[in-house]
Amino acid sequence: MDDAGRHPRRLRLSLMRDIALASAGLIACLGTYVLVGWTVALSLTGSRVLPSAEFVGTREYRRLFANVRWWTAVENLALYCLCVIGTCIVAGYLLAILVDRSRGWQGFYRTIFMLPMSMSFVVTGVVWQWLLNPALGIQHAVRELGWVDFRFDWLVRGDRAIYTLIIATIWQHTGLCMAMMLAGMQNVDANVWRLARIDAVPVWRVYAQVITPMLRPIFFTAAVVLFSMSVKSFDLVATLTGGGPGFSSDLPGRFVVDMIGRQDLGMAAAAATILLCTVCGALVPCLYLELRRYRSR
Amino acid sequence: MRIHRVVLHVILCAAAGVFLFPLLVAVLTSIKPLGEIRDGSIFGLPQAPTLAAWSKAWASACIGTRCTGISAGFASSLSIVLPAVFGSCILGAITGFALSLKRSRPADLLLLTLIVSLFVPAQVILYPLIVVERELTIYGTRTGVIVADVIWSLPFVTLLFRNFFLSLPREIVAAASIDGAGFFTILFRVLLPLSVPAYAVALALQFTFLWNEFLFGLMLSAADKQPMTVMLNVLAGPEFGTLEYNVNMAAAMEAAVPTIAVYLLAGRLLARSISGRLSNG
Repeated sequence: MDDAGRHPRRLRLSLMRDIALASAGLIACLGTYVLVGWTVALSLTGSRVLPSAEFVGTREYRRLFANVRWWTAVENLALYCLCVIGTCIVAGYLLAILVDRSRGWQGFYRTIFMLPMSMSFVVTGVVWQWLLNPALGIQHAVRELGWVDFRFDWLVRGDRAIYTLIIATIWQHTGLCMAMMLAGMQNVDANVWRLARIDAVPVWRVYAQVITPMLRPIFFTAAVVLFSMSVKSFDLVATLTGGGPGFSSDLPGRFVVDMIGRQDLGMAAAAATILLCTVCGALVPCLYLELRRYRSR
Repeated sequence: MRIHRVVLHVILCAAAGVFLFPLLVAVLTSIKPLGEIRDGSIFGLPQAPTLAAWSKAWASACIGTRCTGISAGFASSLSIVLPAVFGSCILGAITGFALSLKRSRPADLLLLTLIVSLFVPAQVILYPLIVVERELTIYGTRTGVIVADVIWSLPFVTLLFRNFFLSLPREIVAAASIDGAGFFTILFRVLLPLSVPAYAVALALQFTFLWNEFLFGLMLSAADKQPMTVMLNVLAGPEFGTLEYNVNMAAAMEAAVPTIAVYLLAGRLLARSISGRLSNG
């Protein structure tokens, strides 16, 4: 296809390709990058109910950094990321090993573990809100069973509400990690297992010393995916806790939307810009790996 | 050896139980009368199972000021999701195919652009998007949500198709183009029969993502055109939650049924797409 210019029909292929690329580029630029730039620009103005063109430098950022609610949301996000990424990867990996060993039953178990993933965060939020309901949910049921001072009222406790989001997220996303790692394990060369059997290496050592290092890129991808989901997360906070009690379980992703709703555009834009920078932080190593893989093709 | 397998399955079944527990409780709650819920335990089996909550959630529960149940949201969701799914898949297939042809500097640049935009949080573009849609007078309409969904899904669907087309033998496109086939003939005639799994995965994933989508539906649609997720949140969410837990659970399950059905139908294919083995199986 290198001599496209000389051949009218090949020209048609490459011309249409260029048109397709140009339109996609236009959509991506207008639909994402121009809007992103707009928000960043807005964060440097003193906009409130309506956007204004008055340039105020970093004033909105200083207001944001002086806001207690914002810092609560940021601390929550750090805790949320740590717990969700750690637990999903470890639990997903252990489940993947078990499912991998369960010859013949892999499809059955995988289907069950990935089932929560197919549902909306809104459904998850509504269902877990009911389970965690202090008056009628798990707490009540366990007390009925005879453990009278059992306490599981995290949904209404300011210092614990963030953990309800963590639990629900882990429930929903462990299946994804499991599936990614299971896929990695099944791509492992069958000779690894054959050799291990010949040398009588115990199964757990093959997993610990051969498979785990081979899956390192998958651990990395899973962490990046979970991190970017956590930074973006809005749906679950909005439906499960609504950020409450008070603002104790707020996350930055909801803070931004809330500020747009409260018509404090300058602060919303500043917070959104910080979100963007946070995701970009995770993006750089990811892009680097992707580019390296792309070059080697 | 035997005992190992028993232990393995016991652990796996326990884990499966933990994963299914919330859904089981939700379904049980949805078929109990309200009195049984107030007096009993969430673990308890229903004494007098009834589908009354399901029909109330579907047709007559009050959401905001309208008492039409969640079925209005179902219709809204369908009319948003179906065009958006087909639109994004066709656009993604075209762009992905274009990117899978010869490499060039602009193509590399577009690829990078798309990968980066995969990571941009929707919150960042939300307000400008509202302003633009207001200017275009599509704010508050289903078209507005569809447009936002299609644009926002473009990077993901494009990368999915690009990776798939790259995994096909290059000779197919080369041979077809020597025979005089143009861009769209190759994409929709020559490659389509080979790409059925890729299209199926793209359709299934996009249907799931867009059906479950919440933020755009919440911020871009007028009160009478809200998709199902938004209506469910109004019905059962923390701020307006009524105390009819069985109706809430029934509504949640009704909102979840379409995506669960798609998942059960396409699960095997989706699992294969995660391992990147769509083309050779």
